[in-house]
Amino acid sequence: MMSNATGRITQGQFSFLPDLTDDEITLQIAYGLNKGYAWSIEYTDDPHPRNTYWEMYGMPMFDLADPAGVLMELNACRKTFPQHYIRMMAFDSTRGVETIAMSFIVNRPANEPGFGLVRQEVNGRSMQYTVHSYAADRPEGQRYGS
Amino acid sequence: MNMPTDAAALTDPGQDQITDKKKRYSAGVLKYRQMGYWDGDYVPKETDTLCLFRITPQDGVDPIEAAAAVAGESSTATWTVVWTDRLTACDSYRAKAYKVEPVPGTPGQYFAWVAYDIILFEEGSIANMTASLIGNVFSFKPLKAARLEDIRVPVAYVKTFKGPPTGLVVERERLDKFGRPLLGATTKPKLGLSARNYGRVVYEGLKGGLDFMKDDENINSQPFMHWRDRFLYVMDAVNKASAATGEVKGSYLNITAGTMEEMYRRAEFAKDLGSVIVMVDLVIGWTAIQSMAEWCRANDMIMHMHRAGHGTYTRQKNHGVSFRVIAKWLRLAGCDHLHTGTAVGKLEGDPMTVQGYYNVCRDSYTKQDLPRGLFFDQDWADLKKVMPVASGGIHAGQMHQLIHLFGDDVVLQFGGGTIGHPAGIQAGAVANRVALECMVKARNEGKDILNEGPEILQKAALTCTPLKQALDTWGDISFNYASTDTSDYAVTPSVA
Repeated sequence: MMSNATGRITQGQFSFLPDLTDDEITLQIAYGLNKGYAWSIEYTDDPHPRNTYWEMYGMPMFDLADPAGVLMELNACRKTFPQHYIRMMAFDSTRGVETIAMSFIVNRPANEPGFGLVRQEVNGRSMQYTVHSYAADRPEGQRYGS
Repeated sequence: MNMPTDAAALTDPGQDQITDKKKRYSAGVLKYRQMGYWDGDYVPKETDTLCLFRITPQDGVDPIEAAAAVAGESSTATWTVVWTDRLTACDSYRAKAYKVEPVPGTPGQYFAWVAYDIILFEEGSIANMTASLIGNVFSFKPLKAARLEDIRVPVAYVKTFKGPPTGLVVERERLDKFGRPLLGATTKPKLGLSARNYGRVVYEGLKGGLDFMKDDENINSQPFMHWRDRFLYVMDAVNKASAATGEVKGSYLNITAGTMEEMYRRAEFAKDLGSVIVMVDLVIGWTAIQSMAEWCRANDMIMHMHRAGHGTYTRQKNHGVSFRVIAKWLRLAGCDHLHTGTAVGKLEGDPMTVQGYYNVCRDSYTKQDLPRGLFFDQDWADLKKVMPVASGGIHAGQMHQLIHLFGDDVVLQFGGGTIGHPAGIQAGAVANRVALECMVKARNEGKDILNEGPEILQKAALTCTPLKQALDTWGDISFNYASTDTSDYAVTPSVA
């Protein structure tokens, strides 16, 4: 993408850094487990910034306390969906928080065409905008190659 | 001439509350402590509002009488006995000063605790709370100086306020950004850019990697840039950057104006153009702030509060209102972002005191913490949390200090530190984002970022030229001045 310095969508905690190795991912998982968070894995081929609900790869792992176990699930997801975006999410259920505490992308399609901006002229000089995903023009499963 | 500080001198039975009603209400002038505004045995109720005042009585004024006068003049009293008191259940309406202590290390200054019955206050009105507590009292001649140092708002009273329209948790969910501080920058220069040029700055900053850009507090609608033009160009920039990065982006559109009607017009236009966030300045006033919070809640808008003007009354320890009280009032009145200080940047703020402000914004239950200037426990009764904002003279080279001091739930704003980058605004934004992400990653991995921070940044700079350039340009800049407002109970010196 000419308008994006990194050439890829930059959602999540670490998208401006080189892709994390499995060892580095394990350290992040351990950090979250020490904080009492529950890890889950989600995948999608529709990474629109307003698409809240990625597909869940299994249930949140509330009772999985071993980083290696979480990493194993991640690698199983990568094997099943190699050309999908996959993210690790850590959930904090403390009262008054009850939301996601960590979220970072751990798998991407080889080619990320990104988004275009669609403008609709309305009254005066006002514009209505929508962010349009090039890949999502195609049906699920056909968006990022085989 | 300083007053003696031994305990015996502070209590004098001859001057205590007169309980004989005929004597109490005969026309004439009594001391406030005789009128019932001092009660050393009073046990505050769960439903009382408690205030801690730092008072400097005039020479010759006894500190208990001064504390009683503060209690009187911020509740029901006036300077002379009035018979009409007897038409009320006056004993329960009177505020009670119940404890007075000398301030450690500062002769002539005293802490005075005052309790206010819940009947004295209107539900859901900061204007009313402030009119009582900081209305008359501060001009009172027998006091040389007075500061409202801290306040405990009872849960019963907290529940009458709606609080932040969005709150920290829902803001993150709307942005889909978790686990790291948010990044912002104020468009610079402060004044003078026209709308088209302003939008360019916004686009470059957001495209490069910042989450937010920001109008400055004094950008409203001036001859060099009309507000409608700014909003149109800024929203084009925001949406372009969002499409370029696949992230939700925003720019705080300043809707501060001369009248409420004009503020609503500007807020509506921001909403029509699809902005996720608007901003207001503290100087619009408490009533306006509550109204705008209502509007933001009804229109799914995040509300950023700039604390413009607070420094006129928060900065000197002896007189004014502590910013921690302002922050508590703002959380009750309702705002989602609040500038709370950087500690290491260009504006006033000792690190411990500033962390106290962050606690007030982010805690579910703020605990007493004297070195951080928090004198009371404060139960927030599940009121939404405010996202603190650190803004003013900070740069990428301080990232380890900022994350160490403030954690993840903060917006770090680097105006000059983005726009002043030698290779341009986008490079400045990239540098800040890379510095942030590598520091969060390192902290999570268990590294000692306070001590290894500079190394961690240099290592990331090896594969990120913009970061290298930022560190080369600003690496040595710091703002080492003595703070004017430090805790009286500090255990370690301020860190620069």
